Order: sequence, then structure tokens, then C-alpha cells
Amino acid sequence: MRTLRVISAIFLKDLRVEWRHRETLASMCIFGLLVVFLFNFAFEPAREESLRLLPGLLWIAFAFAGVLGFNRSFAAERENAGLEGMRLAPVDPGAIYLGKMLANLFFMGIAEVVVVFAASLWYNFSFIPSLGWFALATFCCTLGYVAIGTTFGAVASNTRMREVMLPVLQFPVAVPIFIAGVESTAGALKGDPIGDYSYWIKLAAGFSIIFVVLSYLLFEYVLEE
Amino acid sequence: MKKLFPPTLHLIVTLVWLIAASYLIFLYAPQEATMGEVQRIFYVHVPSAWTAMIAYFLIFLGSVGYLWKRRDAADDFAHGAAEIGFIFCTCVIVTGPLWAKPAWGIWWTWDARLTLTFVLWLLFVAYLMLRSYVINPGRSAVLAAVVGIFGFVDVPIDYMAIRWWRTQHPQPVIAGGEGSGLDPRMWVALLVTWGAFLCLFAYLMRQYLRLAALQREVTRLRRLRSSSQEA
Repeated sequence: MRTLRVISAIFLKDLRVEWRHRETLASMCIFGLLVVFLFNFAFEPAREESLRLLPGLLWIAFAFAGVLGFNRSFAAERENAGLEGMRLAPVDPGAIYLGKMLANLFFMGIAEVVVVFAASLWYNFSFIPSLGWFALATFCCTLGYVAIGTTFGAVASNTRMREVMLPVLQFPVAVPIFIAGVESTAGALKGDPIGDYSYWIKLAAGFSIIFVVLSYLLFEYVLEE
Repeated sequence: MKKLFPPTLHLIVTLVWLIAASYLIFLYAPQEATMGEVQRIFYVHVPSAWTAMIAYFLIFLGSVGYLWKRRDAADDFAHGAAEIGFIFCTCVIVTGPLWAKPAWGIWWTWDARLTLTFVLWLLFVAYLMLRSYVINPGRSAVLAAVVGIFGFVDVPIDYMAIRWWRTQHPQPVIAGGEGSGLDPRMWVALLVTWGAFLCLFAYLMRQYLRLAALQREVTRLRRLRSSSQEA
């Protein structure tokens, strides 16, 4: 019960901070849109091609937008000595992790909706027919991505050049998520039967569970001074 | 350990073993039927890969040990394994394309084993970069330990994902189907070279641990001196 209160307190605090600043979410969305926009010049895709390339494009946009958000999430805490405050509070560090993670997941979700909407508009593609499975696949993969991103964001906030350090830490570990994300969303967009790509969604779900639990257990060490 | 098997003796054993391995690689092992002489790079390539994987496991052990017991030695162990393992992993990444070009006709392909080795290499890079970029040096051991554990847990999932994603090339080499086995003399050359690499690894590790302990001692003495000067 108490843990739930801590989680929701941190989650709501991050939302409130974001509501007053509107920095993180705005930069994530703009950055994601820019990737989708540049893609057009990089490949000048015809319609059939753009359908084939779209899942990869979306995941590149998500990956970079995510890194931006995870970096901000802990950089702001560090600048304002927010982490000291959290460390002093007599609460489970794992709950702090879960609160931050849920806030990041929320921002990531909004940025993804914006990017997907723009991509469907600019490349004349409707996501509606495959929306259910597409949303499920994206959610499972995003959860895994955010699970490691929140921890690595906290780790990277301790380093010089954290903008570089975070993707260097994050991307190699997130390789299974990229593969699963691209393969499962591609399957959903093509309208394949769910059986053909459900194992990717299961892989992403397994990855998410493993790394949420691992982060929950290890976050105490990341926070200590 | 130091008395029984001093570092100098260890170095000599390593060198002799490496020379013996070179003899086995170039003169003793038979020429491979289809690939010819170039296949001999195999005796460097595969043992390096095995050694790099062992190094990765040692990082994990050192990391868990450090978070549990908070001994500096455990952290040195993980750090040393990372630095030396990185060299072996780089060896794999470099010798791979050199062999692939004459054997397959291409430098690189995104097949399962190659991709996984590359991911492993990136994980080594991330771990070592983190260690040198942490602002407060006192924190680097804990943060590196967390990253070391994350990376290690990630490898089997990577393996599965990449296996499902790409399964074209890898099987035939060693324990593949019938008729793909190695000549016994090739096995001898392979295992002796691996032994030599492990011996080299152990030697470098010993030197690394000694160096790390000395550095810590110097820092401690410096601090002592400056505090006594203040007093």
C-alpha cells in the first residue's frame, strides 16, 4: 500500500513538473517527428517501399526520442538536488524506480502516438485496421525499452557527457527490443496472422519483466552516494 | 601463489606456450580441404571468442561480488576482466572479416554469431566507457557493477532474439552435423592455442590486479601525507 503511494507520488510529481515546464515531452515529440521527416529525404520512398521501411523508421524514431526523455528525467533531478531528497526519504528505492519508470512510459507513449500519427499522415498509411495488435506489440517493446532506459538514465546522470553515455549504454542492451519491435510491428502492419509474430511479443514481454525486476532490485545501488 | 608461481615464471610459461601453439597452428595442423591455408586463422579466432566470453562471465562475477561484499578486489577483478576481455573480443572482430573475405567472399554478414559478437563487443565498450566517464570516482565501481550485471543478463536474450532473427550461416564449423567434425590434429592445435590464450589472460589479469592494488596504496599514502602536512 505504502509502496503504491510512493510510486503514484513520484509519477504524479513528474507529470506535474512536465506540465509546468513542457520541456521533455516537447523535445521528444519534435525529435521523433524530425526523424520521420528526414527519412523522406534519406530514402525518397515510393508507397510500397515506405510500407516496408515504416516499422524500422518508427523504431529509430522511438529509440532516439526515448533516449532524449530518459536523459532529461534524471538530469533535472540532479540539477535540482531532487535525488538527495528522494534518498533521504525512508522509502523503498525500487518504488522510486517504478514511479520514474511509469512517468517515462507515459511520456514515451504520448511521443509514440504523435510520431505514429505523423507517419501515417505523411506516408498515407492507415494504422486503423491493425491497431489492436500494433498497439500491443508497441506497448510490450516500449515497456522493455523504458525499463532499461530509466535505470541507465540514472546511471548516465553520474557521468560527464551523459548525452553520449546514455545511448552507448542503452542501445547494445536494447538490441532484442529493437529486433522484436521491428519484427512484430511489421507483422501487425502487414496484417499477418498473430501466430506468425506472437513469439516476438512474448520475447519483448519476457525482456520487460526481467529488466523491470532487475532494475527494481538494483536501483538502490544506482541511487546511493 | 606468488612464491609458488612468480609472475616472471608465468610470463615465460605463457611465451613458450604461445610459441608451441604457433608451431601447432602453422606446421602440425593439416591444411583444410576447401579453404586452404587461410583457415588457420580459425585457431586464433575461435579461442579468442571463447576467452572473451569467459571474460564477460568474470565481469558478472566481479560485479555481483562487489555489490555483495564491497571489496575493492572484486571491482578490480571485474575491471581487469573487462579490459583484457575487450582486447580478445576485438581480436575476434578483426580476425573474423579477414577470414570471411577469402572464405565467404564478403567481409561481413549480419548472421547470428557475427551480430552477437558485435553486440558483446559494444557491451565491453559501454562498460569501459562508463568507467572512465563517471564524475565521482568513488561511484564508478557501483555503477559499473550494475551495468555489468545488466549486460550479462542481456546476453542470453540477445542470443535468442538474434537466433530467431537470423539463422543462416553458423552451424557447420565444429560440432555440426555428420562429416563436419574437425581432424583430431586440428582439435589439438585449437585446444592448445586456447590454453595459451587463457594462460596469457591469467598473466595479464595478475598484473592488472597488482597494478590496481599499488595504485590504491599510492592514493592512500598521498592522502596520509597531505593530512599530516595540514596537521
